Amino acid sequence: MSLPVRKFDAIIVGAGGAGMRASLQLAEAGLSVAVLTKVFPTRSHTVAAQGGIGASLGNMSEDNWLWHMYDTIKGSDWLGDQDAIEYMCKIAPKVVYELEHFGMPFDRNPDGTIYQRPFGGHSANFGEKAVQRACAAADRTGHALVHTLYQRNVRARTQFFVEWMALDLVRDADGEVLGVVALEMETGEVMVLQAKATLFATGGAGRIFAASTNAFINTGDGLGMAARAGIPLEDMEMWQFHPTGVHGAGVLITEGVRGEGGILLNCNGERFMERYAPNLKDLASRDVVSRSMDQEIKEGRGCGPEKDHVLLKLDHLGPDVIIKRLPSIREIAIKFANVDPIREPIPVVPTIHYQMGGIPTNVNGQVVAPKGGSPNEVVPGFYAVGECACVSVHGANRLGTNSLLDIVVFGRAAGDFIVAQNLKAQAHRPLPRDAADRALARLARLDGAKSGERVPDVANALRKEMQAHCGVYRNQELLSEGVRKVMELDERSKRVAISDHSRTFNTARVEALELDNLMETAKATIVSAEARRESRGAQARSDYPSRDDVNWLKHTLWYSEGNRLDYKPVNLKPLTVDSFPPKARTY
Amino acid sequence: MRFRIYRYDPEKDAKPYLQDFDVALDPHDRMLLDALVRLKAVDDTVAFRRSCREGVCGSDAMNINGKNGLACVTNLKTLTEPVVLKPLPGLPVIRDLIVDMSQFFKQYHSIKPYLVNDTPPPEKERLQSPEEREELDGLYECILCACCSTACPSFWWNPDKFVGPAGLLQAYRFIADSRDLATNERLDNLEDPYRLFRCHSIMNCVDVCPKGLNPTLQIGRIKEVMLKRAV
Repeated sequence: MSLPVRKFDAIIVGAGGAGMRASLQLAEAGLSVAVLTKVFPTRSHTVAAQGGIGASLGNMSEDNWLWHMYDTIKGSDWLGDQDAIEYMCKIAPKVVYELEHFGMPFDRNPDGTIYQRPFGGHSANFGEKAVQRACAAADRTGHALVHTLYQRNVRARTQFFVEWMALDLVRDADGEVLGVVALEMETGEVMVLQAKATLFATGGAGRIFAASTNAFINTGDGLGMAARAGIPLEDMEMWQFHPTGVHGAGVLITEGVRGEGGILLNCNGERFMERYAPNLKDLASRDVVSRSMDQEIKEGRGCGPEKDHVLLKLDHLGPDVIIKRLPSIREIAIKFANVDPIREPIPVVPTIHYQMGGIPTNVNGQVVAPKGGSPNEVVPGFYAVGECACVSVHGANRLGTNSLLDIVVFGRAAGDFIVAQNLKAQAHRPLPRDAADRALARLARLDGAKSGERVPDVANALRKEMQAHCGVYRNQELLSEGVRKVMELDERSKRVAISDHSRTFNTARVEALELDNLMETAKATIVSAEARRESRGAQARSDYPSRDDVNWLKHTLWYSEGNRLDYKPVNLKPLTVDSFPPKARTY
Repeated sequence: MRFRIYRYDPEKDAKPYLQDFDVALDPHDRMLLDALVRLKAVDDTVAFRRSCREGVCGSDAMNINGKNGLACVTNLKTLTEPVVLKPLPGLPVIRDLIVDMSQFFKQYHSIKPYLVNDTPPPEKERLQSPEEREELDGLYECILCACCSTACPSFWWNPDKFVGPAGLLQAYRFIADSRDLATNERLDNLEDPYRLFRCHSIMNCVDVCPKGLNPTLQIGRIKEVMLKRAV
């Protein structure tokens, strides 16, 4: 093999909250670790999280991790694995205190403790009433978190490879993962980065949809790499629509607005959530609120000349609360919606926000896949955490504040597990001769293509089809047509060409490589959605309106090769407490 | 809409030049970044950084009609044509609108941008009063976009010796934190003719900060703390 090779104990791909929480454990333990990232670490999409991180600190009123666990399981519509959910909710207070000790600038209560606000689906005493569990740094919690973790990594002297894009996994004949092939964007140089442990923390892929709260970089790179290397993707039909994206712009307005007392109104000025969720109202789970909004709009009670959105009213909170607790929301509303929320409501629509599915893992962050009759055999050398992974704590619908919690809990857990492997004492396995072939073939095709469709044309067509065929409400006809269209686009994506052939910071090449990852993610999503004939969490089928626990209380697994599906059981057995058996889900 | 964009690809251009583009906008295009993305769909060789498109990640800082700002929160209606786009001033250009930010981050790292408190942490959070926490407002919100430092003449002259407004803002962010115990070391680290004192209160940093922060004010506060320590 002609490519240069660099060797490390561990490689982490992605430097958002999950990647940097993991790298901190590794760097502090003295391992040689390389963190690859497409963007400077603090530009990772964790920075855009707003409302808070969930933990039952009980700073505002009594709380209990078991209540948090119940809320998370109910929020997941029982598709979440209860062992992972118990682990996350139980350790949540500890990881939040750690962040505080690292210097994270949380808001404070008069007694000096961390301020917590109410959030959707979080309750006291197993659904009785709303509870304040979201630990907040104004409405910039993700920003505060990702900067704090970067700062802590600077202290730990973590080695970052900034503006490096991982292209493909290296796997040997035994299926062990040995690292990645990566592209240094500034120079165009391609290299093999070899490691004894490879951890993906590449985030989500919200850019497969036209209307998304996600950043441009969220193209599902880890999912694409895993899928091409033969690893299945789990529960990819489960995509969260956030109820409050700015109409027309897609920019996120935190659920924390409703946590602080904001309410949703239809064109009659009616607080319609009272009808759909009499108990938690505007703070019901996100899938429930998004469907209710969609219903209001469909039934002609939307707002504006096109009757295509609803209004988020918060002026009644008063300027003090808005300026102190929701300053960025005000900034966003003024810039992207031309309204000052101190006086006027914000026009909002349900907007793609979060991918509950991903690369299947266990609570150690180890990637698992079916093998020899076992549904969860470890893929040696390979780890995944955060939005690109499916552990699965979010099941069919994630609760607000549980994404920031997920990334620090499992980033930390995977880091600790890798440290315990004593990698220093192990030798690097030999690289297979064909280690870089797949990545090099992709690059060679792009470099050799003299003519073809433009990358943005195919990517935009994909986003449009996904939006039209895989929305808030789905049905067989829409989904079957969607599968056909996405498969056509998959063929078209193999014939794209770029006109930029420079080696220096070639962003056209990066976007073309990202398109391959968008395609894998989109195929996984729509094929899995077409097959699941029930409604559960974010998968709402108008032709199968009920949850079907007899046939569908199971995880989907999609394989790129053959575009085929498999299934595995949901783990309903927690680690130490009694199981929460499925029951009807009302708010 | 007409754009005049700084072009430079070291592989084929002996020197940089300005190229004019007419971009057909969609009625929904609101921000400068929307126009740039539309342009890139037609000419994929135009290189710029971008990510969150909502002003929180700090990727798409550039010089817009002579003033530093973020493309994603710059409303097209506020711009006069031709819209002249150049890379952030004073940093080496890698290609087109993409600059090498190493020097900027080196200065950020030089102020030890992390909380220092080696006392054993309590089992729960370290307590901080709302008033103590308020001291961090106007500091922690920085997105490291470099608009300020690359608008600062002192940073242009001495990027290797002067920390620059972004780095100094963060230096004060830790000095101001009631939980941080390294104020003395932090002040020692800045006490030299260049690192802090090259700030001459020109206030370009305040003028360009897309987050509305005021580095000049905070630099003044560092000087105050330093003065208090001296007497």
